Amino acid sequence: MSQERRIGDVILKVDNVSLAFGGVKALTNITFDVCEGEVRSIIGPNGAGKSSMLNCINGFYKPTEGIITFKGESHSQMETHQAASQGIARTFQNIALFKGMTTLDNVMTGRNLKMRKNFLWQSLYYGPAMREELEHREAAERVIDFLEIESIRKTVVGRLPYGLQKRVELARALAAEPDMLLLDEPMAGMNYEEKEDMCRYILDVNDEFGTTIVLIEHDMSVVMDISDRVVVLDYGQKIADGDPDEVRANQRVIDAYLGVQHD
Amino acid sequence: MFYREAGQFKSTYGADQAIFPIVQDRWFMVLVLLVSYVVVPMFADEYWYQAILIPFIILALAAVGLNILTGYCGQVSLGTGAFMAVGAYATYKLSTGFPELNIIIVFLMSGAIAAAVGIVFGLPSLRIKGFYLAVATLAAQFFILWVFNKVEWFFNYSPSGTITAPPREIFSVLITGPEASPEARYYVVLVFLTVFALAAKNMARGHLGRSWMAIRDMDIAAEIIGIRPLQTKLLAFAISSFYCGVAGALYIFCWLGSAETEAFDILNISFPVLFMVIVGGLGSVLGSILGAGFITLLPIFLTNAPPVIGLEISTELQKHIEEIIFGVMIIFFLIVEPHGFNRLWQIAKEKLRMWPFPY
Repeated sequence: MSQERRIGDVILKVDNVSLAFGGVKALTNITFDVCEGEVRSIIGPNGAGKSSMLNCINGFYKPTEGIITFKGESHSQMETHQAASQGIARTFQNIALFKGMTTLDNVMTGRNLKMRKNFLWQSLYYGPAMREELEHREAAERVIDFLEIESIRKTVVGRLPYGLQKRVELARALAAEPDMLLLDEPMAGMNYEEKEDMCRYILDVNDEFGTTIVLIEHDMSVVMDISDRVVVLDYGQKIADGDPDEVRANQRVIDAYLGVQHD
Repeated sequence: MFYREAGQFKSTYGADQAIFPIVQDRWFMVLVLLVSYVVVPMFADEYWYQAILIPFIILALAAVGLNILTGYCGQVSLGTGAFMAVGAYATYKLSTGFPELNIIIVFLMSGAIAAAVGIVFGLPSLRIKGFYLAVATLAAQFFILWVFNKVEWFFNYSPSGTITAPPREIFSVLITGPEASPEARYYVVLVFLTVFALAAKNMARGHLGRSWMAIRDMDIAAEIIGIRPLQTKLLAFAISSFYCGVAGALYIFCWLGSAETEAFDILNISFPVLFMVIVGGLGSVLGSILGAGFITLLPIFLTNAPPVIGLEISTELQKHIEEIIFGVMIIFFLIVEPHGFNRLWQIAKEKLRMWPFPY
């Protein structure tokens, strides 16, 4: 890890957030924070509420209680496009790419929020709309270059293998130049080498762009290796929070993962 | 052998993002434009214009419009006929109300009115998808035509209930109404199709087109990227209805001359145009035009083919056979090539690229 990598102030603060679907409590009074530039992991057994937590952070679910503060702005309810324009991007557990579009189009769509020319200019194409398009194409190409997906630039993503689709999804999220990247199981279903690649990309993103990363992952060796701090959820409640070694030694975490003997 | 992109290097992103990045495609388009603007008028007669070319072009324009909504944005619509009717009746009211207004401006204004109506009927699309939305647009189809039939103001209280295109000129050439020459009307509709198809292609390859396709392919992900579903869908409805509205105006003013609401009936317009989009290829401007060609030309071909090979059959039988063959062809196409003519065209190009070597 490079020396100049520094962890700044708190960028995201989740304060007492609860989320309920009718009678089902997905999250109960969760409080944690994420510092600028760190890799923060959320782990927990299946159904612990990890994905719900991410969905709350980027405004897809509206928490029933509690406040989420991102970059000093507090929200109890946030709209998804607000979250996107404030600089939160994410990837999904089950790949949510635009399957009928090419890799390049997918990455460019990640920058859509930054493109402002209205449809009349676009129907003309030549002139301002083209200039804007080319500017963003250059930025998109930088991301494509960074993730080494140049060769599949013009391939429709529906035809790509799984591992590459995951990478394109990361590219789409990165194209928005986010301050914070939410990754929902980026390594699910990958083999050892693909996981290594993905880890390298995540660390590179964090290192090179200083992007804060919030990560959900089931592979403990990956989590313990790359994250700075880890939050552990179980049944919608926070059971541990701290650096990887602390979490590994925590008795409640061990119980949650391995089960406890009741007598 | 001749269709190769080898050796065509792009050194700028601009060149790579050009509308036809391959030289051969560019020449092909030039050829198509040349044939349609210069060669066709040299040979076409009244029958060709009135029975084949003009309806083909007008319906192609409507198909491009529907493809924006259904092919790019993924919102199924069965209300094409109604939106075309809005355009036609708006043109009728505007051109009889303000006779000195330039007819081209009237066409565009009618398109805008159709767009406004399209937005209203697009509102349910935020909540409902797929077949259910199709049913909602079906309601638009029946409701709008019913209004045009019932409210006499729309057809200027004429006792027959029809609207008739008044004669209008641009550059002192008569282009609408029964007295206008077929050449003039052909050029008008052709210019509209050329300009509108180009505009549609440009929108489709820009960020607007990408946000439409994003909504179509995965609306949740699109929302999280920051695309607002309601605005995006409504814009697709508006632009699509604008295209349909202009097509409807041309349908009456440059082709039929006079008509009742029946001309915009679901079986006359909405379904055929949807078939054109499906047969031609969802999400492709060129495909819509090819599909329109197929759907309008096939019946004419089927009418004319039997006498040529010496078969004499009664007109009624001919009509039935035509419908049977038509249905079979559509089913055949949907099974063999669900992505339509556009995909066939792409496959042909991929094959040509390799030819004469298989790999």
